[in-house]
Amino acid sequence: MTLDQTQIWIVIAGMAFGTFFIRWSFLGLLGDRELPQWALRHLRYTAVAILPGLIAPLILWPSGTGGEPDPARLLAALMAFAMGMWRKSALWAIFSGLITLYAVQYLLG
Amino acid sequence: MTSEQTISKSAFWEGYRDCAPFILVAAPFGLMFGVAATELGLSLIQTMTMTVLVIAGAAQFTALILIEEHAPTLIILATALAVNLRMAMYSAALVPYLGKARGRTKLLLAYFNVDQTFGVASVRLPLETQWTVAQRSAYFIGGGLAITPFWILSTYLGAAFGAAIPPEFSLDFAMPICFIAIIAPALRTLPHVLAAVTSVVAALALSWIPFSLGLLIAAAIAMVVGAQAELWLERRKS
Repeated sequence: MTLDQTQIWIVIAGMAFGTFFIRWSFLGLLGDRELPQWALRHLRYTAVAILPGLIAPLILWPSGTGGEPDPARLLAALMAFAMGMWRKSALWAIFSGLITLYAVQYLLG
Repeated sequence: MTSEQTISKSAFWEGYRDCAPFILVAAPFGLMFGVAATELGLSLIQTMTMTVLVIAGAAQFTALILIEEHAPTLIILATALAVNLRMAMYSAALVPYLGKARGRTKLLLAYFNVDQTFGVASVRLPLETQWTVAQRSAYFIGGGLAITPFWILSTYLGAAFGAAIPPEFSLDFAMPICFIAIIAPALRTLPHVLAAVTSVVAALALSWIPFSLGLLIAAAIAMVVGAQAELWLERRKS
């Protein structure tokens, strides 16, 4: 796939400045102002509100199989999710997911 | 060396030690990001520039996915930065401890204000009531210098050698697994779970909306669901 190089550089620059500004915002600029309760209440859920919706299609219709649902990838996703929730650990999720993926692919040939 | 510098130096190493275990968490994400970025076709320079300047795995993966989906630049930026909005909360929470640091120091503190350093510092700083601002800053920067070099190095290894990994290893799926690894441990409470479920259902239902805009709308709905669920639980308790 050919990528639009200008777009990539704009995305990198925009993310760099934007992310830095977010990290610096209160510390450097806004100071001791309290974030209102309603804002905190929504900010707590930003990551879990975006990331699951972003990856759900990638798990159901993976690019590696040309968009065909794949039992090995589905099982790997389920295993990674279960272990990540159970152990509350990202490492457990990554390794159990990859091991399941390769094991099921090997068994199904 | 003055005694002030000696004290700050020991705070620096304490921060370094406290954050060091999280190298184990950051490094696999860095490695996977390097692999995924190369897989997508980003050059080594692009991959490394992003990883050094952004240091935020989830947002970086988000950008990759949306670039692959040919989303418009503005949507990519809005979605990736929305993933990082939680860091405004970190920034605000650090003000009571680090708000009096010098302007230049604050630039460095902001650069290192990532999930792991903030998580560690938000536990330790409230306990060290005797620490000066210089010590607190040294502690925070020590934590940042523990993790960031390994983040950068692991991204480099992934980007440099990822292309040599054969397709049988299904590395296209490394990215979804990384996301699951970020999401699953974060589902600590019922509102978090409800927000995540809403996000999936709404994103799939709204996927017909052009320019990947459906995801942003789904995210907004999911945030409101999480916040409302939290309010509802609080009211029920009292």
